[in-house]
Amino acid sequence: MNQSLNYLLRRLGFYFIAAWAALTLNFFIPRLMPGDPAAIIFARFRGKLKPEAINALRETFGLTDEPLLGQYWSYLKSILQGDLGISIAYFPEPVTNIISSALLWTIFLAGFSLIISFSLGTLLGTIIAWKRSGKLDSTLPPVLAFVGAFPYFWLAMVALYIFGFELSWFPLGHAYGDDVTPGFNMPFILSALYHAALPALTMILVSLGGWMLSMRNIMITTLGTDYISFAHAKGLSSRLIMLRYAARNAILPNFTGFGMALGFVLSGALLTEIIFSYPGQGYLLLQAVRAQDFPLMQGLFMTITFAVLAANWMVDIAVLFFDPRTRK
Amino acid sequence: MDNNQDSIFTRWIIGILRNRKAITGVVIIFLFIFLAALGPFITQDPTAFLSTPLSPPSWEHWLGTNGQGQDVLAQTISGARQTLLVGFTTGIMVVLIGALIGGISGYYSGRIDDFLSLLINVFLVMPGLPLMVILASWLPPGPATLTGVLVLTGWAWNARVIRSQMMTFRSRDFVSAAIVSGEHNIRIIVLEIMPRMLSLLASSFIGASIYAIGAQVGLEFLGLGDVSTVTWGTNLYWASNDMALLTGSWWNFVPTGLSIAIVSFALTLINFGIDEVTNPRLIAERVWREKIPIDTVVNGITPVVKDHE
Repeated sequence: MNQSLNYLLRRLGFYFIAAWAALTLNFFIPRLMPGDPAAIIFARFRGKLKPEAINALRETFGLTDEPLLGQYWSYLKSILQGDLGISIAYFPEPVTNIISSALLWTIFLAGFSLIISFSLGTLLGTIIAWKRSGKLDSTLPPVLAFVGAFPYFWLAMVALYIFGFELSWFPLGHAYGDDVTPGFNMPFILSALYHAALPALTMILVSLGGWMLSMRNIMITTLGTDYISFAHAKGLSSRLIMLRYAARNAILPNFTGFGMALGFVLSGALLTEIIFSYPGQGYLLLQAVRAQDFPLMQGLFMTITFAVLAANWMVDIAVLFFDPRTRK
Repeated sequence: MDNNQDSIFTRWIIGILRNRKAITGVVIIFLFIFLAALGPFITQDPTAFLSTPLSPPSWEHWLGTNGQGQDVLAQTISGARQTLLVGFTTGIMVVLIGALIGGISGYYSGRIDDFLSLLINVFLVMPGLPLMVILASWLPPGPATLTGVLVLTGWAWNARVIRSQMMTFRSRDFVSAAIVSGEHNIRIIVLEIMPRMLSLLASSFIGASIYAIGAQVGLEFLGLGDVSTVTWGTNLYWASNDMALLTGSWWNFVPTGLSIAIVSFALTLINFGIDEVTNPRLIAERVWREKIPIDTVVNGITPVVKDHE
């Protein structure tokens, strides 16, 4: 048990290093750009910003006359205090407020679709690896590989066009209807689920193939090992061998892949949110890009990075739970 | 030695050309490159105002016009140019950087490896899109910015794969022999090991190109490319800006999206092909399939094939 605690702490240390690297990148990117960041910002917003906004910007980026190291320290201090600066697009709202109000929607939408597509993909991968050369195995991978070749957001556009616009089965955007009041009541929950259904379905459809194929490949390797042949020789039932013997082992590398792929899948989820005008992080990202709202963009980068790191740590804990070998 | 090496490569190339998946992919890719290169000579001017905006497909404009009254077919064909160029350039650079950092990290163990693999893992775990957005929004828009941003956020995966491959080669006898015979480390990496990784490098290049095309289109769709140029990403950006979706003009976004998907799928097919030709496990499987009817291969039980006539 001691060793597994050790392992988790080591991973935690890695995530702290990664978070620090992201913070540092976030600080240096504006400063490493050709030209003076302050000059770039002021030139882009000439005449469009109130003097208070310009001062807020200067403060956000710590663009003072202090030496670089001093700026860096005050930047780290303010981030640790949860201060991500003031948004330009939603001036004078602090970035932290804007992001936190949109964070729940992203976690709800992206989290649910991720978990569903991971579980479903893994299950399908297990089955098609088991019934190899069957009908499912020869049709499903190429079809899903083709679907996976489309950009997430483009498939979302098509889905919105067909099911939202032409057939009117689903709403054209937003997270819940105008006729419900947000809160813990049935109409609101149903409305939220109804609005999340189509974006979630497109995300699941695109990412399903990846999970399925990787599970299939690991599963095939696992099926070739001796202990599976031995289980066959003992006369155990197929279902038992498939699920408890092969899949239970084959899923472990897939878990690690889950953590790795999180950032990538999330990027697709952000673009999908934009298509569906879903009020999550992706939608904010678009607003930030449109308005050249640098503090908001950088705040989003920080929040999303922290979320991914936290999720990765949870995956580490899950692996520890599922794989007795790491617990020794 | 060299002779033997050559014959392996020739065998691979012949194998890939004979492989149905791979050759389909290769043909599709060359078709797109060919169209992209010939584009300006065979289509109407993609940036000219030619007809009523958002008019549906007709004889004059096979794929209709977009919100700016430009010909969608011409835009799709000439959009391939920059998109494929940036995609493949990024692919090459990602593989070069991956081979350099992953190769060094896997070859030298110890502190160098600790540091480099930490660097690789940090870049792997950082979410790509938001980082790309920040970088691209500070830099002047254009193909150079796109390439740079895509390389910076995409190199880590390849470096990781190449690193683990390098580690397995590092412990082989031929490397030890080269070290004992006094060959320089750089020479061993570049001339002894890298040629043996060629199939991995090739499939890394293809994988990186798929990633680059998708991510590039995503960034440009957000409006972070140079929106005055014609690329697949900006086509979709304008389609979404001009409300193509809400006016029901599907011809505005379907051709570009399909092209992206077909190119990515063709590249995936080539990768499957490379895998089938060079992966020993799959070669063995193909031998079985040729010798024994599929139905007799029972799960988990290794069929025995007498392969010597």
